[in-house]
Amino acid sequence: MKDIADLLRHHPFAEGLDEDTLALVAGCAKNVVLQPGDYLHREGAAADSFYLLRHGAVALETFVPGRGAFTFLTVKSGEILGADWLIPPYRSSFDARAVELTRAIVFDGKCLRGKCEADPRVGYEMMKRFIPPLVKRLQSARMQALGMYDAANA
Amino acid sequence: MPQTLEACAPQHQPMIPRMTPVTRFIRESEDVFTFNLAPERATSFAPGQFNMLYAFGVGEIPISISGDAQNPELLTHTIRAVGPVSAALGKLKIGDRVGLRGPFGAGWPVEEAKGFDVLLIAGGIGLAPLRPVIYWLLRHRAAYGRVGVLYGARAPDDLIFRGELEEWRRTPDFQLRVAVERAGPEWPGDVGYVTPSLSKLRFDPADTVAMICGPEVMIRASALALEDAGIADSRIFISMERNMKCAIGHCGHCQFGPLFICKDGPVHSYDRVRKLLACREL
Repeated sequence: MKDIADLLRHHPFAEGLDEDTLALVAGCAKNVVLQPGDYLHREGAAADSFYLLRHGAVALETFVPGRGAFTFLTVKSGEILGADWLIPPYRSSFDARAVELTRAIVFDGKCLRGKCEADPRVGYEMMKRFIPPLVKRLQSARMQALGMYDAANA
Repeated sequence: MPQTLEACAPQHQPMIPRMTPVTRFIRESEDVFTFNLAPERATSFAPGQFNMLYAFGVGEIPISISGDAQNPELLTHTIRAVGPVSAALGKLKIGDRVGLRGPFGAGWPVEEAKGFDVLLIAGGIGLAPLRPVIYWLLRHRAAYGRVGVLYGARAPDDLIFRGELEEWRRTPDFQLRVAVERAGPEWPGDVGYVTPSLSKLRFDPADTVAMICGPEVMIRASALALEDAGIADSRIFISMERNMKCAIGHCGHCQFGPLFICKDGPVHSYDRVRKLLACREL
């Protein structure tokens, strides 16, 4: 049976991470299985964790009164989920709901922040892994905000 | 290089429209429709070529052919109603006639892509000019490696060719990912911008030909994502839009630097146009 460090080692997030750092951050992590419809977090709730999806998909949603929930992003296997744990006041901005059977590694945000504060090298390793996907999501969100498909008339 | 099949060269009198009846009309979404035209004589075309469609009394616009190149008896066009001409075409009924000129332009490199993996990236109604390629690939499936299609749209209600999307999704050895920008909880597919879904398709970057059609903003972003994935820009092909009038490179309306989109395109290899795309004066 694989331990959490083994699971982490096989996730793209940990690619290139040295064994000592991997073992250190794995101490803040555990394995979770989510059923379709399970919420990973709710808008406005404390953001005390983030997830590395190993398998499955999670919808990020916001609720519009009178219209229901709207999904604006699906996060899939191999990707990270959750950034609100990084910045005060550590509050979730959106709902996150598993849309299929999902297996993930969940990190205790407070635990990991503590290890990053204690060892800036670990913090820098984490930053290098968080910033690229977050920047790519920002770029994609800008494209979505442009609503550019409206302009196409090929 | 993009190709124009010899049999698909423009007719001898390319400026004279042929009166052509509408034989079928399909409403794809709120603002997109598809109609079939039955020309008097079979009209061969290459995937990616376009026709000029004339709504009498209103005007003429270039529209890519969205049907099957193996069926030259029927010309299918899929149109978004965004201006007076496209809106007028959207009001046609079966039996009404339009002025038809074409086919024109250089199409997708379907012959050159044989032996390669093929990726298609479509945004919005950009799926229409790529549908003939999909028909082609399915018909000649053994001649190609892995095939993947990414299709992005605003919302599930805006998807076109929905029945075929379901068929293609069930087709063995055919990868399809559909990403919408927003959706309700009932939507089972990807939500987000289209390019991140590229990482979910299997292909060998060293042996892949990619074809992109959609809004130019999306084309640029997709081409960069394909380059990042390791595909050479000489193997990335894009279909471009400009203000086309004569469709045969005489009037100059669609001039794009040294190129005429109507004659040299609409399909271009990315390495040929990438610097021009960055030139805002064009």
